[in-house]
Amino acid sequence: MAEQQASAGADLELRGIRKEFPGFTAIEELDLTIPAGQFFALLGPSGCGKTTTLRIIAGLDQPTTGKIFLSGKDITDTKPHERKVNTVFQSYALFPHMTVLDNVAFGLKQRKIDEPMKKAQDALNLVELGHLGNRRPQQLSGGQQQRVALARALVNRPSLLLLDEPLGALDLKLRRQMQIELKAIQMEVGLTFLHVTHDQEEAMDMADTVAVMNKGRIEQMGAPEKLYDRPKTVFVSKFLGQSNLFVGDVVEENANSVSIDCKGHKLTVPKARAEKHSGKIAIGVRPEKATFHEDGAPAQSSDLNVVGPGEIIDIRFTGVSNQYLIEIPNLGEVTVFAQNVGKSPVTELGAKVWVSWKVEHAFGLADLPVTEDK
Amino acid sequence: MAFAAFGSAPANANTGQNLRSGKIVLALLLPGLLYLAIFFMTPLVSLVITSLESPDPSGMIGSYQYGFEIQNYIGVLTDYMPQILRSFLYAIVATLLALLISYPLAYFIGVKIRRYPMIQRLAVTLVIAPFFISFLLRTIAWKQLLADGTPLMQWLHDIGLLAPSQYFIGTPAAVIFGLTYNFIPFMTLPLYTTLERFDVRLLEAGSDLYASPSKVFRKITLPISMPGIISGTLLTFIPIAGDYVNASRDFLGSSKTSMIGNMVEADFLQNLRYPAASALSVLLMAVILVLVTFYVKKSGTEDLL
Repeated sequence: MAEQQASAGADLELRGIRKEFPGFTAIEELDLTIPAGQFFALLGPSGCGKTTTLRIIAGLDQPTTGKIFLSGKDITDTKPHERKVNTVFQSYALFPHMTVLDNVAFGLKQRKIDEPMKKAQDALNLVELGHLGNRRPQQLSGGQQQRVALARALVNRPSLLLLDEPLGALDLKLRRQMQIELKAIQMEVGLTFLHVTHDQEEAMDMADTVAVMNKGRIEQMGAPEKLYDRPKTVFVSKFLGQSNLFVGDVVEENANSVSIDCKGHKLTVPKARAEKHSGKIAIGVRPEKATFHEDGAPAQSSDLNVVGPGEIIDIRFTGVSNQYLIEIPNLGEVTVFAQNVGKSPVTELGAKVWVSWKVEHAFGLADLPVTEDK
Repeated sequence: MAFAAFGSAPANANTGQNLRSGKIVLALLLPGLLYLAIFFMTPLVSLVITSLESPDPSGMIGSYQYGFEIQNYIGVLTDYMPQILRSFLYAIVATLLALLISYPLAYFIGVKIRRYPMIQRLAVTLVIAPFFISFLLRTIAWKQLLADGTPLMQWLHDIGLLAPSQYFIGTPAAVIFGLTYNFIPFMTLPLYTTLERFDVRLLEAGSDLYASPSKVFRKITLPISMPGIISGTLLTFIPIAGDYVNASRDFLGSSKTSMIGNMVEADFLQNLRYPAASALSVLLMAVILVLVTFYVKKSGTEDLL
């Protein structure tokens, strides 16, 4: 498509962005750099400020303080229609009084680009809707409308494409399909994508870099695998997948590891995987990294954390894995995922078990859970 | 399109149900059809018949007999050409003025204060409020306010807007003012109902797609509010073209401002020239019908008819 306007994506930099609305602060303080050509996801629960961030980048809202740079150029005071940024809106916002093709050609016509109709048709072909150009948007299904919205933004070859939860309204199957297509299109056109979503699977699946946002701040940023493997805060450990967290005072510290005492259990975390090395800290482990043993406690070892005994109080079958909820006296509930590989370790409620995990899988957090487990 | 939503009910009921619901629909339509037959079709036919009558051979004033006097039409067309042209000129100007005043007003009520439903409802009530008083009374009130020698007129003379010998009542400006004032709610309300449902996110999408605010208005807001503009202009233009109150010398007009309506009134009630009055009425109706059809076709919203 449209070679002459083809431009590689541009890098985006947000410096000290703060946004206040009457009565509340949507963004506390935001510094962010997105390198050109990246698929970047802004992940967070609703109300965390991620959509506000996107609107500020698009120019639809003005930041209270801070600057926005696109390819090194300050665009903070640039009007939305003068920014080389396009948005795929959550509501799609397709123009109801125009055909699908006219919708896609709209941006090109505004900028007086040559052959707008041909380029619009090419963009529609790219999202496999070339045959529906003469329809009205409201005659299309949700998934088709979403693709029209995508084509309408993409056809302009923006330096930066903003996606505001564009897959939110689609059903699971269509969403998966669109995720794959979106990622493929991004690779193909090489633009910078900024994707806002509250769906952690979607963010991890598609993005090169994920920034987890909470209460108007970015809590942690990095490659999805990194974020999942080594969350740094309680919020990230809980929002991105599940975590078992244990809180206790540091009782032992050596060159390689830090140990805490959690209600009589000594739990160890590698020093390199812990944010704090003294005082009261929280240590966590992912449920799928933990295993349980029903025939006695496993042998004590310096590279194994063991808690127990406890009782299995809930078993949930989810298809590929079983989720066990184990109540350990004094310690609280621990979740363990076990793959369904023919024989599940234990399938009975009430069984007495010990739970263990490798020290190398543990992670130490920078903050503490607000409400500690009972 | 937005207005396609009005008429398109899902038409997938099976035939048995169709037959049944067809009867019910007919039964429900019957009172309306009867009403139209008695109070619309009958007078219309009677009007057309009257318009073709010829004078009674006895020569008595006000007596006519059945005939086929096409001459009646040619007569009123030549006699009343100034009034006919004036009517449509006034109607066009007043409709445009009403549109220019109503659009920002309707946009403000329907879009800008959408977040405050209480204030929005109050504003709509204020738009309709003049209807609580008879429009004859309101027009007379304006006549009092704008009459020669009132403080308002004195002030207009003082600031030099009106020459010492100039007065307002009886001028075309006064009649157009009255017409605009009296019919503004008919323009504002349809515009409001259209704009009230207008999705403002489309404005953001437009500016995101490189359209300046004025381009966004012309390419998005205006076309989407077209159904409201069309029904608003029709609801004002048609009654204004036939209005005889504002232009009458008893209200805001003078003999120099008389419109078709005033001629019909005079011929019917004073000159007892029933065929001429009827011919003029039929003519007015025909011209409006042609103009409206052309207008609606031109603006591409046939779905409205």
